[in-house]
Amino acid sequence: MTSAIARWLAMGGYAVYVWPAYGVTCLVLGGLVLYCWQRHRHSSTELARLQQQLGRRE
Amino acid sequence: MLTRLANPARFMRASTTALPWLGAASAVVIAIGLVWALVFAPPDYQQGESVRIMFIHVPAAWMALSVYLFVAVASATFLVWRHPLAEIAAQAAAPIGAAFTAVCLATGSLWGRPMWGTWWVWDARLTSVLVLFFLYLGYIALVNAFDDQSRGARAGSLLALVGVVNLPIIKFSVDWWNTLHQPASVLRLGAPTIYISMLLPLFVMTIGFWLLFGWLLLLRMRTALNARKAHALRLYAQPASRAADPAAANAGGAPGLAVTP
Repeated sequence: MTSAIARWLAMGGYAVYVWPAYGVTCLVLGGLVLYCWQRHRHSSTELARLQQQLGRRE
Repeated sequence: MLTRLANPARFMRASTTALPWLGAASAVVIAIGLVWALVFAPPDYQQGESVRIMFIHVPAAWMALSVYLFVAVASATFLVWRHPLAEIAAQAAAPIGAAFTAVCLATGSLWGRPMWGTWWVWDARLTSVLVLFFLYLGYIALVNAFDDQSRGARAGSLLALVGVVNLPIIKFSVDWWNTLHQPASVLRLGAPTIYISMLLPLFVMTIGFWLLFGWLLLLRMRTALNARKAHALRLYAQPASRAADPAAANAGGAPGLAVTP
């Protein structure tokens, strides 16, 4: 079992290329998702705060 | 459908419903695609296990091209009909396209090292994709380069349209020139030249990337609409400071965008 996992992780000798490729993809796309998510949340709360401050509702 | 949604208020309502579904769907499909690509897909008879890089490299490359086309069509829509949502859509999509292009370049490089013996060559395919990456960055920089937001949007839209020339160059570069990059094996006349056991995870990953693009696009468009609305509210609330600071009145304004506070 452990040897099967070790063999899979070794990627037939291409581990140093395959895993960084997937790592970079996760980093770039995951980073974009987090960044956009946070900006969206921030913009929503900021707008809600302004609307409340001005005593207006949609 | 599209014309109905082309109203900021209606767009906000529709996207509120669509957002969680798109997010969940993209997470599930990408997870399935990852497991398929990394575990169940067979190793290639020539490339061995390094072929697994292709399951992200190829969909990322397709996305890089498709998203650019999306930016260009949205830019044209904005230039011709002056629709504010088209402008917002183009600007929201560009960084997503740039991210996919970066993924395509990085994974291609990581595959090229063991397979070609080099991280990078200046062949027509690689160079034209690098140009695509810089077109994305140039568009983003240009849009944000002006104090007057509408001028930036117009200049950026023109750049996006001119850059469309690069798309057929990328697509046919492997046929027109003697590139180190291999010619098309999926999107070609006649049947694809790769086995179904590798085509399926490729397509699952592509669908996952499309769903992710849709989710990110809606999220970013909503962010931009929120920001514009907030900006308009601030101007509305402080007419005195607007008179005192004319630069603030111009910056980030949304001409033609009906704001309903």
